[in-house]
Amino acid sequence: MKTKSQTSAAGLEPAAVPAVKIFGVGSTGVAMLDALNDGDFAGAALVAVNTDASSLASSSAAVKIQLETKLLRGLGTGGDPERGRAIAEEQFATLKTACEGTDVVFVITGLGGGAGSGISPVLARAARESGALVLAFVTLPFVCEGNRRQQQAQQGLDQLKAVADGVVCLPCQKTFKLIDENTSVLDTFRITDGLLVESVRGVWRLLTRKGLIRIHFDDLCALLRDRHAESVFACVEATGPARAREVVEKLVAHPLLDEGRALAESGAVLVSLMGGKELAMAEVNRVMEQIGRHCEHAQIIMGAAVDESLKNRLSVTVIAARPGPVPMELPPLATTGDSAEQVTGRGIVARPGSRCAPPTPGLTPEQRDQILTRNVGSRARKTGSRMRQTQLALAIVSKGRFDKSEPTIHKGEDLDIPTYIRRGVALN
Amino acid sequence: MFDDSSIIVGLEIGTSKVCAVVGERTADDSLNIIGLGQARSRGVRKGEIVDPAQAEEDVRNAIVEAEQMADVEIRNVYLGVTGAHIRGFNNRGVHPVVSADREITEDDVQDVVKNAKAINLPTENNVVHAIRQHFFVDGQAGITNPVGMLGSRLEVDVHVVHGITNRLQNAIRLVKGLQLEVDDIVFSGLASSLALLSSEQKELGALVIDVGGGTTDYVVYTDGVIRHTGVLAIGGDHVSNDLAYGLKVPLSRAEKLKLEHGSALVDKECKGQTITITNELGLPLKTINVEHLRRIMSLRLEEIFQLVAQDLEQAGLYDYLRAGVFLSGGCARVPQIAPLAEQVMQMPVSLGRTNSISGLKSALDQPEFISAIGLVKFGSFKSRKREGKPSLAQGIKGVLGRFLQRS
Repeated sequence: MKTKSQTSAAGLEPAAVPAVKIFGVGSTGVAMLDALNDGDFAGAALVAVNTDASSLASSSAAVKIQLETKLLRGLGTGGDPERGRAIAEEQFATLKTACEGTDVVFVITGLGGGAGSGISPVLARAARESGALVLAFVTLPFVCEGNRRQQQAQQGLDQLKAVADGVVCLPCQKTFKLIDENTSVLDTFRITDGLLVESVRGVWRLLTRKGLIRIHFDDLCALLRDRHAESVFACVEATGPARAREVVEKLVAHPLLDEGRALAESGAVLVSLMGGKELAMAEVNRVMEQIGRHCEHAQIIMGAAVDESLKNRLSVTVIAARPGPVPMELPPLATTGDSAEQVTGRGIVARPGSRCAPPTPGLTPEQRDQILTRNVGSRARKTGSRMRQTQLALAIVSKGRFDKSEPTIHKGEDLDIPTYIRRGVALN
Repeated sequence: MFDDSSIIVGLEIGTSKVCAVVGERTADDSLNIIGLGQARSRGVRKGEIVDPAQAEEDVRNAIVEAEQMADVEIRNVYLGVTGAHIRGFNNRGVHPVVSADREITEDDVQDVVKNAKAINLPTENNVVHAIRQHFFVDGQAGITNPVGMLGSRLEVDVHVVHGITNRLQNAIRLVKGLQLEVDDIVFSGLASSLALLSSEQKELGALVIDVGGGTTDYVVYTDGVIRHTGVLAIGGDHVSNDLAYGLKVPLSRAEKLKLEHGSALVDKECKGQTITITNELGLPLKTINVEHLRRIMSLRLEEIFQLVAQDLEQAGLYDYLRAGVFLSGGCARVPQIAPLAEQVMQMPVSLGRTNSISGLKSALDQPEFISAIGLVKFGSFKSRKREGKPSLAQGIKGVLGRFLQRS
């Protein structure tokens, strides 16, 4: 928030509310926009983006952008992200103008299809180039939707992560925990959409409502950036005198948080508390204390705000980002100087940990230099996908006599592996 | 044959060896070690039993050897336990003094200790020790015995050591299967500290690190009471395993190399030195660089001390250790280990020596027997306490015994 509104806004009024635009991309995105529009979502401009005319026609969004060329003959992308991307690139200028004048752009979409996976990365880039911060809220398809959609979704997610400031990602598969045997398909999709909408609403409130303890948008982005596994989120509400306790109980029992396990595993947690006027400091404190206990290892960012429309309800939104595997591959089109250093630094640090037997270091200096030079002096912003090779669990280091015993893990380090290997001391 | 009640046996089922120490309480209430039995342990990893059948055999061998040496029959043992599942923490109990004259009685003390022991542990966990620290009377700190004082509110800090019941039971069941009674289970780290520290050292503040085969147990005393305990599931086994991996030799060979050429510090002389391993016919198999050997060892041992130091720093106890650090366990034999520990901990480190115990020189001087000797010492404290207040069962036994003698 401080980035744009304070520097560019003409008035420089103290608590400038950032201009937020919410883009729904693809059929799923447009449907979710409608769901958003139902509630008290004043102050944000909603824009529907799709290739399919019929889905746009039924949308209640204020602005509709139909990306249409002769290429498609009015048939949509046909589930092919390449087509989606081609069209979006063609209409890049249109998208860019649509983003102009906003501080924050939310991109809401369901990945896996042609429009969602193809258009949203391009849209995110357009928004960035027009000077807005980009936060994407996406769903990943159900496993039963097939391999191809999964793959496309993963690709789209990688691309989106590369361009957006933050990505909140909900794998639909997780909602199976929320539904029972008899839930209809329609309801299931409504539930997943509802969850995502709830988190959009939570973040939006966080950014726009008068904050007692404010969360800067950069904090939010920093939290979501560089977490390469999915983030999970939950939004719960409670009323009554014991609402602080109740809210935490509900939170821990929330199916999306795996009975609180997700909290324990997460590397960073964002907590936003919203209450009516009488939101007490003691309550904020109690909730934070409890949540803190559940996620001891996480970096916690918290914000509290007053929204009078909530009256006596207390609403808590939690976004927990799980630390993913450290990306080892250096993106082909990398980053500004600062973060390039970060990435290469990580490349070097990760080398000893890479479980190659250290007596013969895996990389010759020439190779390393080559990688470093490839990385420096390239374009701004991270783009491109990350290699998946790094995720393979290569157990080259046998643990010898401790192979079958219970591993000794201390702060995430397997102490059964020889110390000199973990510290990367070369014996030569 | 000795009088049965004066014989105390400590049994430790360790990762590298099983060891039984027989002690005898003499008439002047000092402790004399009279027997020692040991056997190579094959059924234990990281301080916990993984192969009960093998472990049982090893325990039997050790007990038989100790029985022969001390010429006694062993019926009861104090059993040492360790393992990564064992944790320690401090807890406080509160008790209001309700009597009219506000004088604190023995009952009040019992109650407050009971309150302090009532801890919310997961159901699968069991308390191994709840050790009193200091009492508070109406907030006044540092009281060691409040009986007879006046006050309205009595509090006590206890240090609780707990572990997972099933894993503790494994060892107990094994010993019971050999027709031996387990008098009590004792955390090995605590036992080592009992054998090593004098009460003056406990008062000053001391850290005992027992680096054994499979685990490293450590105990911190300040102001004469136990303040902190911990277990790391790393030990000499890891050193051997690292060597086997790093030098590409079999584990048994790595073990031998560790004993013959190991050192905790990499000194200048070893640079370029090599050892040639020969097979049974005397033909050279492999040459090994001594510097590599020591570097691998040094890093592992250094890490152990670093982890302990980190834990103490977190507990905020680092500045209270005025008597320094005492090492015990098999790894305390590694040459230069004290200087290495000194480097890491930045305080005086010495190899521990058992105190106020007499007897077998061969047992008392070995660092690896310290915790088993400590078990005997624990037993002697226990039985001395019991004698002070004979329990009902013992009372009856005593009466019956006298009756039988007379008839």
